[in-house]
Amino acid sequence: MPRIHEKRVIDTKQIVSDIIKYALLTIGALILFFPFLWMLTTSLKTLSEAIATPPVWLPRAPQWVNYAVVWNMKPFMRYIMNTVICCICHVAGVVVFSVLGAYAFSMYSFRFKGFFFTLFMLTMMVPGELLIIQNYITIQKMHLMDTYIAVFLPTLASGFYIYMLREHFMQMPPSLFKSAKVDGTSNWRFLWRVMVPMNRNTIFTIAILSFIGQWNAFLWPELVTRTDATKLVSSGLIAFRSEASSNVQYMMAGSCIVLIPMIVFYAVFNKQIINGVGGGGIKG
Amino acid sequence: MKNTPKKRKSRLVETEDGRLLIKSPMAYVYLLLPMAFLCLFVLFPTVMAGRMAFFQKYNFMKSLGTGFGTNAFEYVLHDKVFWQAAKNTGILMAVALPATVALSLMFALLINAIKRLKGMFQALFFLPYVTSSIAIGAAFQWLFHSEYGYFNWFIGLFGAAPQKWLTDSSCVIWALCIFCIWNGLAYKIVLFLAGLQKIDKEVYKAAKIDGTSPWRTTVKITLPLLAPTTWMVSMMSMIYTAKTYNEVYSLFTSYGGGGSAGPGNNAITLVYYIYYQFYERQKVNYAAAAAIIFLAVILLLTTIQRLVAKKFVQYV
Repeated sequence: MPRIHEKRVIDTKQIVSDIIKYALLTIGALILFFPFLWMLTTSLKTLSEAIATPPVWLPRAPQWVNYAVVWNMKPFMRYIMNTVICCICHVAGVVVFSVLGAYAFSMYSFRFKGFFFTLFMLTMMVPGELLIIQNYITIQKMHLMDTYIAVFLPTLASGFYIYMLREHFMQMPPSLFKSAKVDGTSNWRFLWRVMVPMNRNTIFTIAILSFIGQWNAFLWPELVTRTDATKLVSSGLIAFRSEASSNVQYMMAGSCIVLIPMIVFYAVFNKQIINGVGGGGIKG
Repeated sequence: MKNTPKKRKSRLVETEDGRLLIKSPMAYVYLLLPMAFLCLFVLFPTVMAGRMAFFQKYNFMKSLGTGFGTNAFEYVLHDKVFWQAAKNTGILMAVALPATVALSLMFALLINAIKRLKGMFQALFFLPYVTSSIAIGAAFQWLFHSEYGYFNWFIGLFGAAPQKWLTDSSCVIWALCIFCIWNGLAYKIVLFLAGLQKIDKEVYKAAKIDGTSPWRTTVKITLPLLAPTTWMVSMMSMIYTAKTYNEVYSLFTSYGGGGSAGPGNNAITLVYYIYYQFYERQKVNYAAAAAIIFLAVILLLTTIQRLVAKKFVQYV
């Protein structure tokens, strides 16, 4: 009898604490989400609704025409295409370089290995902001200013991703390599036929994280892109901002256009993104 | 198996933990491309920044520097804007950083403690990580607007007077703090959740059998076991906060004019200062000097972290 009684007390306590937890989480989610919701609703308002005080939360009739106006004010399609192209090149480069670097550091023994590895790790400590000065001059001297190559070239080799992938390569069972050697597989073949396929999850994570990084990159792309032909979405949005000036509803429609592809990407890959960031962060 | 000669150049060596390593200079071929890129775009610029900082004069058009002297450092260290940047970065580290870490820890603990809708909340809270701070900054810029902004309307509900968040020199840093807190939450929540998942479930079972209350379990068991993660998150966000730039750009440039961060450069941060000297004022040597000072600060912070971590944090 006393045991049953005790259980009931705990249950009510449990329910109350659950309610508090969900309430706090919902409030947090609302605060975190408010800018997104405001952005979306404002992009569909008229100007007078957008700047009304007290606030008009929802447009009386959604002004889809805002999107049409904005789409014609700046070449957003071009910006998105530019960003996609740069992202794909960036991701391809990062993945290939990380695989090569990680393989050398995990499977080979060579002179100065420790020195090279330390050098790679040290590059993680240098803030990218320090590098823009000389890289800008280098890109200018290579006559690459205002090209796609200029956008993704300097960030292709990443000490962090090499480190992350090396950790996973080193966890492969040694028997795998031994049996491959018995079969006479070459080292190069072993890398691409065994190591890469077996670590495809990690490689996929690296691809997704570097994709997000490049999509949202701002400072460097803003410095090396001058014309609409090469501008990425974030720079394009900044350029658009001065044209939209005080038309807040256009401004928000423009921002939504930039955000929507990334939100769709997130909706598709959110498991991998969350696992990748969680796992990668702990190791870094 | 040890030291068995294989084919021509390559032979295998066994490490202490039983892994086989290929002893071959082919490794250099694999490393050639990544190494070349690191040299050209990371090591070389770092060295050059060190050199440029000591130029006495710099001609931007010819990208030519001359002389050797410390006048760039003297200029930067006597520049009021630089100290404004240092002060703002300091405020961000003292206010925004602890606030984001505490809030993200709280949300991570809450998400970890619930049973239903866990995945949904996790996905919701992480969304800001993938969205560009430039686009979101545009929304914050309007939310902070002195006349039409909802932020003033909201504090008005509590009887507070409306503020000029983006133009009043005493307010700009707080607007920046709020935006940075909002922007930094997502990433840290995920790191905390990953840390929470690594805690052995057996510990909780034991606590439950002993009849320990959930609150006590959190304070006495979860938090101490989470300490390494908390430490790692704080240190990572410290470096991240020191680098604050995008947030300043998206909130303030249109209010400053001439590329300055808000009226009179009041919202400037250290990295923005580097950008400002380099790109807006084309003073490469000043930018390089500021960058070297910034690098020194980062290295100092990292070293302190390492030392403190060695002493106090026990990795489980």
